[in-house]
Amino acid sequence: MGTRLELRDLTVELPTPTGWVRPVDSVSFALGEGEALAVVGESGSGKTMLALALMGLLPPGARAAGDARLQDASANGNGPAGHAHITPAPSASLSDSPRHASGKNLLTASPAEMRALRGRRIAMIFQEPMTALNPMMRAGAQIAEAIRAHERGLAAEEVRRRVLRALERAAVPEPERRARQYPHELSGGLRQRVMIAMALAAGPGLLIADEPTTALDVTAQKQILDLLETLRRELRLSLLFITHDLGVAARVAERVGVMYAGRIVEEGAATDVFRRPAHPYTTGLLRAAPGLGRNKLESIPGTVPPLNALPPGCAFAPRCALHAAACDTAVPELISVREDDGHRARCILAGGKA
Amino acid sequence: MSGTVVAAANGAEPLLEVRNLRKSFSRASGPLSVAESHAGGLAAAVDGVSFTLARGETLGIVGESGCGKTTLARLLLRLIEPDSGEMRFRGQDWLGARGAELRTLRRRIQMVFQDSAASLDPRMRVGTIVGEPLAIHEPRLPRAGRLARAGAMLEAAGLGHEALFRYPHEFSGGQRQRIGIARALILHPELVVADEPVSALDVSVGAQILELLDRLRREFSLSLLLISHSLPVVAQLATRVAVMQRGRFVEMGAAEQVLQSPQHTYTRELLAAVPRIPAGDFSP
Repeated sequence: MGTRLELRDLTVELPTPTGWVRPVDSVSFALGEGEALAVVGESGSGKTMLALALMGLLPPGARAAGDARLQDASANGNGPAGHAHITPAPSASLSDSPRHASGKNLLTASPAEMRALRGRRIAMIFQEPMTALNPMMRAGAQIAEAIRAHERGLAAEEVRRRVLRALERAAVPEPERRARQYPHELSGGLRQRVMIAMALAAGPGLLIADEPTTALDVTAQKQILDLLETLRRELRLSLLFITHDLGVAARVAERVGVMYAGRIVEEGAATDVFRRPAHPYTTGLLRAAPGLGRNKLESIPGTVPPLNALPPGCAFAPRCALHAAACDTAVPELISVREDDGHRARCILAGGKA
Repeated sequence: MSGTVVAAANGAEPLLEVRNLRKSFSRASGPLSVAESHAGGLAAAVDGVSFTLARGETLGIVGESGCGKTTLARLLLRLIEPDSGEMRFRGQDWLGARGAELRTLRRRIQMVFQDSAASLDPRMRVGTIVGEPLAIHEPRLPRAGRLARAGAMLEAAGLGHEALFRYPHEFSGGQRQRIGIARALILHPELVVADEPVSALDVSVGAQILELLDRLRREFSLSLLLISHSLPVVAQLATRVAVMQRGRFVEMGAAEQVLQSPQHTYTRELLAAVPRIPAGDFSP
């Protein structure tokens, strides 16, 4: 399995009246072809900012550092070594990062390069399709727009054919009828399918899904999650799934990263992370998540620290029951929990939990 | 009164008794009404709902969007009037109550909303917001007395006295929900209707709010009507669960029974759709 996306020390900084803050701090991971990775976190954890950085959609004034390489073996003119990269404008070519890894660094790509990549190689779907869809345009016309953006001069008949194929791929029933409807005429689940059809219309290899089912009912949610799984299998689509819902993460992905205050605090195979969490924050989240049994509710005391007042060491330390003096000296590294199975936690106690 | 209603617990008189409640809306109401299969005429949002609620009990009402659960909540609070049906609260005819009787009963039923940001006036200080129901129902209480009661209630809801003089926007979503709860409880109601009280909150904050609601239910001997789209949320607090679909209760029973051996197909479908977290050894 090839690697589709590789992040190394991705950091995002935002200016505030009190100085720069880091909503995303040194995030590294790799995502393979056809693989799904769930990034789990609560509001303010940085998970959405991470997605926006990859899409080149950070808010004005934000700066991103690190490396985010997008590999795409499929049909887009990238040679096997990935060096067939065209320097578009002189100003964009001064990225001094050596191109040792193949593929494009999304963080240094010019706006024009990002426009060419978005939709074609990397696409994103959002929580509320109603805010992403144009209410004045029929569903089909919006998908057609996404197709034409990357292939100008396609015959109208060909565009129509591809629109229907995109809707079919997103398992939209009666695609001809739905294509003629406006977003408000569609249910929440169908709107999300139209979003997915639009996102995949130009054949990207990587889909970023930011809480795509949070606004949906459970039965509609299940259908969307099933659909994403099918698409992964059939199109070898890589999925970066962002969610606050642990159950959804467990259902969607074989690997999970848990974010807290901008940092990955635990990562590994979903089964390992959920069955044997090694970071006290993950444990706390799992205990706070309501299940169908009547378990004693156990909430995490306190609140997430503001980004401009992070503690010097572990950001979770002030809320942690296992807090020790050593937690406050430095931000803990990601430590392997057991042998090298990829399960790691940013906790000084993690290594001893084997 | 015809027919018999089985009291929910101990054979004691139920706090709330609802029989055959019905409410329809005109289908072509808004410019953005969902076109899907709507051919005009009336749509029953609540279609013959009956249940009883015992004192101190928590009844969970679960259903997906559009099932009528919020309309039901609004009917129970008499924010809207039903087309037909009966409601008795503390043995009194709640639907027939007018004037002074209505005001007296109204203070005993309060509501907690999903979106605390939208339900708190951004220009009012928290002390005024929480004390406002007192200003209406106990107009003779001086301002200092109101603030003292508001402060005590905020403390019961897990916020400090200093919250009194601050504005809603200075608080997080979870804290704002605590303010909403303090406001709902300041008149010492007997019934609290909580409509999606945690669905806008993060998991760990939602757990704190559910804990708080359950603790306050015990402290103030409240009955709680917990309305949610989420079975897991309802499962945490409810002793009985009603499953609502297209305006009707399709199943109602003890929480364990509904969750573990659901009888209705729709309940089974809902349960099957809930994403499970793999069981682990993290439990205490």
